[in-house]
Amino acid sequence: MSTATPVRTSTMAQALNAALRDAMREDRSVHVLGEDVGALGGVFRITDGLTAEFGRDRCLDTPLAEAGILGTAIGMAMYGLRPVVEMQFDAFAYPAMEQLVSHVAKMRNRTAGKLPLPITIRIPYGGGIGGVEHHSDSSEAYYAQTPGLHVVTPATVGDAYGLLRASIASDDPVVFLEPKRLYWGKDGLDPAAPVEPIGRAVLRRTGSSAVLITYGPSLPVCLEAAEAAKAEGWDLAVLDLRTLVPFDDETVCQVVRSLGRAVVVHEASGFGGTGAEIAARVTERCFHHLAAPVLRVTGFDIPYPPPMLEHHHLPGVDRILDAVARLQWEDRG
Amino acid sequence: MTVLDHRHHTSVPGWRPGATAPRTDPAPLLPDASPVRVLGTPALEKYDPALLRELYRRLVVGRRYNQQATVLTKQGRLAVYPASTGQEACQVAAAMVLGAGDWLFPSYRDTLAVVSRGVDPLEALTLLRGNAHTGYDPRATRTAPLCTPLATQAPHAVGLAHAARLSAEPVVALAMLGDGGTSEGDFHEALNFAAVLQAPVVFLVQNNGYAISVPLTQQSAAPSLAHKAVGYGMPGRLVDGNDAPAVHAVLGEAVERARSGGGPTLVEALTYRLEAHTNADDATRYREDEEVAAWREHDPVLLMERHLREAGLLDDLLVRQASEEAEALAARMRAEFHSDAELDPMSLFAHVYAEPTPQLREQAAQLAAELAAELAAEAEVQH
Ligand SMILES: Cc1ncc(C[n+]2csc(CCOP(=O)(O)OP(=O)(O)O)c2C)c(N)n1
Repeated sequence: MSTATPVRTSTMAQALNAALRDAMREDRSVHVLGEDVGALGGVFRITDGLTAEFGRDRCLDTPLAEAGILGTAIGMAMYGLRPVVEMQFDAFAYPAMEQLVSHVAKMRNRTAGKLPLPITIRIPYGGGIGGVEHHSDSSEAYYAQTPGLHVVTPATVGDAYGLLRASIASDDPVVFLEPKRLYWGKDGLDPAAPVEPIGRAVLRRTGSSAVLITYGPSLPVCLEAAEAAKAEGWDLAVLDLRTLVPFDDETVCQVVRSLGRAVVVHEASGFGGTGAEIAARVTERCFHHLAAPVLRVTGFDIPYPPPMLEHHHLPGVDRILDAVARLQWEDRG
Repeated sequence: MTVLDHRHHTSVPGWRPGATAPRTDPAPLLPDASPVRVLGTPALEKYDPALLRELYRRLVVGRRYNQQATVLTKQGRLAVYPASTGQEACQVAAAMVLGAGDWLFPSYRDTLAVVSRGVDPLEALTLLRGNAHTGYDPRATRTAPLCTPLATQAPHAVGLAHAARLSAEPVVALAMLGDGGTSEGDFHEALNFAAVLQAPVVFLVQNNGYAISVPLTQQSAAPSLAHKAVGYGMPGRLVDGNDAPAVHAVLGEAVERARSGGGPTLVEALTYRLEAHTNADDATRYREDEEVAAWREHDPVLLMERHLREAGLLDDLLVRQASEEAEALAARMRAEFHSDAELDPMSLFAHVYAEPTPQLREQAAQLAAELAAELAAEAEVQH
């Protein structure tokens, strides 16, 4: 993944844009398609300038139809292209669910490996930006529940670049979930820097008391909670999953075994969510190392609320610290 | 290369001539190539002056509503506002052709149609303000919630109209969509169901030229969006969407046709979005100022004012009354939105199910405890 782009400060949005640009420069089979990806550069500007540089055929404004977009991408991939699809907002990907679940996810399997589909489906997801209905869903559990899809979600600027490049290079379909409230967060970006591959979790902060297991939009919240926890005498590690499928059992269990206490944090609803899966896996694999049950801090089991109430729904520092307090299981007698 | 002779079809096993023929001759289904216009034509004389004056009044008030809501976004008082500035004729007419028992199925851009239907102007804005998903009672107002996922309300309109007809009630449903929305599968499924069921429903497509940044040329290759009706077996109609009496007449005819058992109609209104898609959009990235300027000349409020004056139907008194009403509404919006809305966080758990699940009760208790702890902490600080 060598590239000419120099190290600079970049927002996550710019890093994603650079990843698309570099991938398109290096591989003519990479095509971008979606609603408003052309002259507008996408509503979040992730595809800014791609039509100008690569032409309309390679960065295509499509008619407004998500099932059509993804279905067309399937055909393009069958013919040897590497489509990168943009779904404008999380809840607007649902019309494409049929194509995603019945075809994208299953084509390799249905054709005994003859028709793999190297499609990347970029979906801005999650809340915290004051969006009205249908602009803040966290739908990762739907995707993760569907065998055949990779589910990737970066939380840092470097990962946004590296994981998107890896997703486009992947011979399998990838649902690439972009935490939209982190789009404008800045950090240094060195496109040449090595990035842990898809499927590897990364410890963002070491600690000795317990570990917060998280991903995407909740990573900064967990780091903030870990900082705040110092005042209470807790030294929290923070593990960024980066990929939900494939799941990095090894790293997760290693950390949990060494600390014995874990909290899973995500903003999607808890019931039947990815946190439930993670807690179950950890319990199955690390039972004897656990000093307390694996706890979850998640959004409530409600439709995503209107923007003025979303802060009551989203897991924040206090709710995480409360869970950490509950982790001191043995102290409660 | 062989050219298929359509007579070959008769040899398809099981095919009977007429078996798949449309219920109506295709010819009357096709839209007239030139959109219906009333303003500036002799047809204007046939209109009831009272109706024209009412249209004018609503246009003026509607324009002011759009302007004030846009200002409220700039002041951070609305989370977002997709203005229908330039499309007021469609908004107002859509509301006016419906009777009290009919139903409106609006999209996110159709707040003004909702207000023009009689829904409280402030309640119509709660979604866009950000304090509730739907601020009005859909049943009481016969107005479905403003719909954000594109075209998904169209099948609902069909189903409601179908159900009403089953109970022999003279109810019509009117679904409003944008040009971009006509590309979605739901739109096509809705049209097909409507035609097959002969449901009393009217589809109004406000073709304002763009779906966010995508111009119509990249959205559809059909001769017009109204043409899309024909393949489903319903009439398509084209109207100048900035000509309020014309939109009123064409929609009114479609509503009457539906009510009298004539089935669905697709109406395409040719109009223009004078503002950006929403306050969050940068329209300079995809369209030229000259284009916008040209459409400003064809502004629905201007057109109405000019032509009614020419016809001697507009007097200074009406102009003053309309403008006073508009200012009063704007002042009410400013006053109401100046203060923060009172919101109850516990409302998060209301109405998720008819009866809250045990899990939701637990989560509600958790939030209540958090809020109580916050209050206690605040009280501590104050002492
Ligand atoms: C299913 C779905 N996909 C994408 C969007 C995002 N989106 C909101 S408005 C819009 C453009 C709609 O254009 P059009 O139908 O012409 O209506 P207009 O905004 O011009 O009134 C898009 C793409 C959405 N709301 N729903």
